Amino acid sequence: MTLELSIQYLMAGITYGSIYAIVAIGFNIIYNTTGIINFAQGEFVMFGGMIAITLLNFMPLPLAIFLAVAITMLIGALIEICFIRWLKSPSVMRMVTITIGISILCREVAIHIWGESIRSLPYFFGNAISSVPVLGARISPQVLWVVGASALMMVCLGIFFKTTAVGREMRACASNRKAAVLCGINTQNMVTLSFVLSAGMGALAGCVMSPITYSQYDMGTGLAIKGFTVAILGGLGSSGGAVAAGLLLGIIEAFSVSVVPLAFQDAISIAILLAILFVRPQGLFGSKEATGLKEF
Amino acid sequence: MKKILSILPLLVAVIGLHILTSATDTMYYLTQMTMSAYYSLLIIGLCALMGYAGQISIGHAGFFAIGGYISAALTTRSLIPYQDSFLVKLFDSAGFLFVGQDIYGDSLLVFTPWAACGIAVLTAALIAVAIGIPVLKLKGHYLAMATLGFGIIVYRIALATEYFGEADGISEVPAFVLLPGLSVSGSFGDRVQNYYIAWGLLLIGMLLLLNLMDSRVGRALRGIHGSDEAADAMGVNTARFKLQTFVLSAVFAAIAGVFLTHYNGGIGPSEAGVMKSVRYVAIVAVGGMANLWGTLLMGIVLNFFSLRGSFGSYDDAVFGLILILIMLFAPNGILSINIRSCLRLLPGRNKADREGEV
Repeated sequence: MTLELSIQYLMAGITYGSIYAIVAIGFNIIYNTTGIINFAQGEFVMFGGMIAITLLNFMPLPLAIFLAVAITMLIGALIEICFIRWLKSPSVMRMVTITIGISILCREVAIHIWGESIRSLPYFFGNAISSVPVLGARISPQVLWVVGASALMMVCLGIFFKTTAVGREMRACASNRKAAVLCGINTQNMVTLSFVLSAGMGALAGCVMSPITYSQYDMGTGLAIKGFTVAILGGLGSSGGAVAAGLLLGIIEAFSVSVVPLAFQDAISIAILLAILFVRPQGLFGSKEATGLKEF
Repeated sequence: MKKILSILPLLVAVIGLHILTSATDTMYYLTQMTMSAYYSLLIIGLCALMGYAGQISIGHAGFFAIGGYISAALTTRSLIPYQDSFLVKLFDSAGFLFVGQDIYGDSLLVFTPWAACGIAVLTAALIAVAIGIPVLKLKGHYLAMATLGFGIIVYRIALATEYFGEADGISEVPAFVLLPGLSVSGSFGDRVQNYYIAWGLLLIGMLLLLNLMDSRVGRALRGIHGSDEAADAMGVNTARFKLQTFVLSAVFAAIAGVFLTHYNGGIGPSEAGVMKSVRYVAIVAVGGMANLWGTLLMGIVLNFFSLRGSFGSYDDAVFGLILILIMLFAPNGILSINIRSCLRLLPGRNKADREGEV
């Protein structure tokens, strides 16, 4: 394998890896405040892309993306308020089953609005064949958008959690919900906020990736599975872990193409992740405590 | 004995449905009832694993597919090109093989359905042991992810291997002759006997699980569900019990896969899909987790309506809605719905009842 080809694979891996990482962080935000895996996470990504594509008929691209993200955040909030908020001390399995139901409903809504056709946003700059040279390899400018937007989201999220009052309240809610209530934090609002945040992140990811990966009503399932895998491998609740695990999965996938047929790509990458999980049951960066929780 | 009695109403219902459909000339319902019974066999096995042993698995469609695919492949893929190899001769001398004909009249050397069924179920059990030992050490969401990963791998292998027919799956699977005159097949004349084969199998499975969950094993499992450590401290070999239940539920899934594949005459990769597994888990949840009867009911009802296509293009939407509604209003499953407490939620009657409670 030449150096250029390796870099090409590496960049492809980083692109997909950062998408997985964003989805995984979406899982983590909700997991931290509620302890559940939100199976509808992939549907947020789908909604982001599809709504932006529809809005593009009426307005310029940046505005369409902005509105799409805002609408998806609203959907996230509505889901939480309608289905989760008013439950009294629900069990984890109950909430997870509800999110499974929600994800199925979201897909059905999408297929009745947009049909089964595959759509995509136009390339933000240039077109499908324009490229920029990076270390001898040639990559699409849209890849830079994906990686850049992902990095920006992670940095902003980090700043939000570290420095702002609301971010600190969310972290308090994540580490000990009862104690957070006793400190006067409205934990219910924090849960709603976590749905809004992860919906917004998913939607933005859905917009920037749409020109490369295309958008379809059922794209959410595959993404949610990959994102879930990455979130677990990184150690549930750990954002840094999600980024590392996401990039790892993306890069393994990209390079596996050169060794095994494309059809086996998923099987190989997941088998490697499972092997890692058997050696380190708490994920790459997770703590032993998190796995000790009995949830089912 | 008591357990057999509790099965009786179900037996009566099964026979009653047959009489009802033949009296009203709606026997075509039996086809979907047969298929629902096989899916429900998988689902009650999963219920034992999830509800009683407390171990989630989002990979049971994988075991279903292993059963179905291996049985289908062994009974349709001719071994004539390999008939001089030692292994094929060994199987032949054991009476596992027979010479048949395909639809074009060419001769085939394939496994008999009984041998194929045995190999398929055994393979599923062995894979369950191999997967179960490392996987069952994980807990909660981590266990969910690992079993999900297993399901994806099975799905991908089915989808990408030429031997298993890639995206087309395997068709032309022959009938499974259980006894002379009794065969699992989709042919029109066998509809009634297949209905009874499927439900007979489901009743046996149900009886087995009901007895098991009421025995020493069942108590040990409930102990594990309550607390791993406490059960361990009481001398329960938690790892062994978990693994046994995992293998048992995998065997249920594989048997369901084998029979349904012979009944449908084929199997495709969608049977191994991840959303299938998620669906099974959701049905166990709405059935009430540790509630075999509730799970059986939901398994039959939801699969039946979805196979019938009662809701047309809204089928998935209705399924999702039922999941949400049951989990919102009856968190302990469908059988926990209490009519009186539902009435109490209605406006108007609220005040009097609430005061009465206090």
